[in-house]
Amino acid sequence: MSEALKELGTHIELKRPDCVLGWDVSFGELNVDVAPANIAGFVEFLKADATCRFATLVDITAVDYPDRAKRFNVIYHLLSMHQNQRIRLRVGIREDEMVPSITGIHPCANWPEREVFDMFGIIFSDHPDLRRLLTDYGFRGFPLRKDFPTTGYTEVRYDEVQKRVVYEPVQLTQDYRQFDFMSPWEGAQYILPGDEKGDAK
Amino acid sequence: MMDGSKFDDGSTDTPAGEQKIRNFNLNFGPQHPAAHGVLRLVLELDGEIVERCDPHVGLLHRGTEKLMESRTYLQNLPYLDRLDYVAPMNQEHAWCLAIEKLTGTVVPRRGQLIRVLFCEIGRVLNHLMNVCSQAMDVGALTPNLWGFEEREKLMIFYERACGARLHANYFRPGGVHQDVPDKLLDDIEEWALGFPQMLDDCEGLLTENRVFKQRNVDICVVDADTALEHGYSGVMLRSAGMAWDLRRAQPYECYDEFDFKIPVGKNGDCYDRYLMRMAEMRESTSIIRQAIVKLREATGDVMARGKLSPPKRGEMKTSMEALIHHFKLYTEGFHVPEGEVYAAVEAPKGEFGVYIVGDGTNRPYRAKLRAPGYMHLQSLDHITTGHQLADVAAIIGTIDIVFGEIDR
Repeated sequence: MSEALKELGTHIELKRPDCVLGWDVSFGELNVDVAPANIAGFVEFLKADATCRFATLVDITAVDYPDRAKRFNVIYHLLSMHQNQRIRLRVGIREDEMVPSITGIHPCANWPEREVFDMFGIIFSDHPDLRRLLTDYGFRGFPLRKDFPTTGYTEVRYDEVQKRVVYEPVQLTQDYRQFDFMSPWEGAQYILPGDEKGDAK
Repeated sequence: MMDGSKFDDGSTDTPAGEQKIRNFNLNFGPQHPAAHGVLRLVLELDGEIVERCDPHVGLLHRGTEKLMESRTYLQNLPYLDRLDYVAPMNQEHAWCLAIEKLTGTVVPRRGQLIRVLFCEIGRVLNHLMNVCSQAMDVGALTPNLWGFEEREKLMIFYERACGARLHANYFRPGGVHQDVPDKLLDDIEEWALGFPQMLDDCEGLLTENRVFKQRNVDICVVDADTALEHGYSGVMLRSAGMAWDLRRAQPYECYDEFDFKIPVGKNGDCYDRYLMRMAEMRESTSIIRQAIVKLREATGDVMARGKLSPPKRGEMKTSMEALIHHFKLYTEGFHVPEGEVYAAVEAPKGEFGVYIVGDGTNRPYRAKLRAPGYMHLQSLDHITTGHQLADVAAIIGTIDIVFGEIDR
């Protein structure tokens, strides 16, 4: 299985050296890093090339790494039913960068790209209809970014006086609890109480 | 002037100066019984014909993926039940497979067989719900009542295995939570012997029924190109004539040992998909019976004992280490190595996939759930255009959507 994937990875790199920044096979899956500007052409190549034929777009998603210069990784999962293979494309982009939309090649990229825009605020250029998808009408912020709190900023309730649903800043009777069960000698990133002077010695 | 030259057959409108014909916009849902949950469609109609269909989803959005980032892998498992709540265990399966892929865990044979057994029960649960409620959407009430009776029996099997009728939380990384009693296997086998009779009765009501055929034959015809372009999977894809089933193409667990057929459609219409779902239920029943025969021979553990799984009760009474392990497992949870994986299962609705980015801690850095219904629903604009308004209900039924998994 992984031999075939390695062959496929080499083949793709040979055919499109301008697009492929690097590739690896890990956990029995083929990952290819692609330059943002070339993604549309590369996806089209994968769809048409006889040894690839990745004709099915499975999913598009993104991962947020706030500490990196290229903050977001846009992830494409493709499936080839003809070759019975899967491939994952990773596109690293900065916060102010745009990604070319692949809706022209795979019409089903429409909603996944809208969702990534909705959740991360990544803009896809040439997308026919880049509206929010899952969040509320008039929602602000990008919920799946790491700096967005899980509790959100607003809450809704039905107001008896105004006879409608009103939006209010979120008020919690109890803080959103984030228990830390990490063993202190394994993964603790903070200074233990009473251990403040530990490093000074 | 009675020679018929001025006969008005109603095909042309008499121009009356200020009259202007425009399309009619209609809000379908979110509280419509045929919308199968909370779906809002903005339909643009030319008379009775749908010109444009804009689905508004997200009314059931709960932020599952965000919540998952702050919970341990084990705490996240119940969220998977709440995605496609019609066949909960199939979703859990994908989550467990993804974790097992990252950690390199091998599930013992008995655990695998129990998973196959309950996945197929889930498939029957889902198809019963879908076929029968789709029949109700096009005007047949009786199958729905019969279907729910069978679903009730199956949910009691769920309950006897894991204690919950719907939100099972039964599949765990490394196997299944608890072994099933022999009496349960006997009862499932007895049910599986009688169930085809119910399918026969149901088919007797629907298959050659004139109204049912009028509402379903040649409605929502999907060809192979459309299916590929729109990312279809599962029954929707197979109805277009493509024999693609992950259980066969990329086998997981021990599906390669089982003898089952994959029904493939010929015309790609709603009626084909109804027939295929009926046939799949028969195949699932046969897999269930094969699994029970194999389960009687495969005695052993149902879970890979190790870091991922709790120690046995008996050990906890005598061993301090076992007690500590139990405590740490259910508070801190297990750590999963760094890396990213995508694991997919053939859920009843299509390919259900889980993409996990692990960063070496006890929580997923990012989890993405790929729901099959999501891709099917987004093509609604493409497939309803040109159909009558009444067909929209039949089409929503046949693409098999559940909003738990689409909105997440």
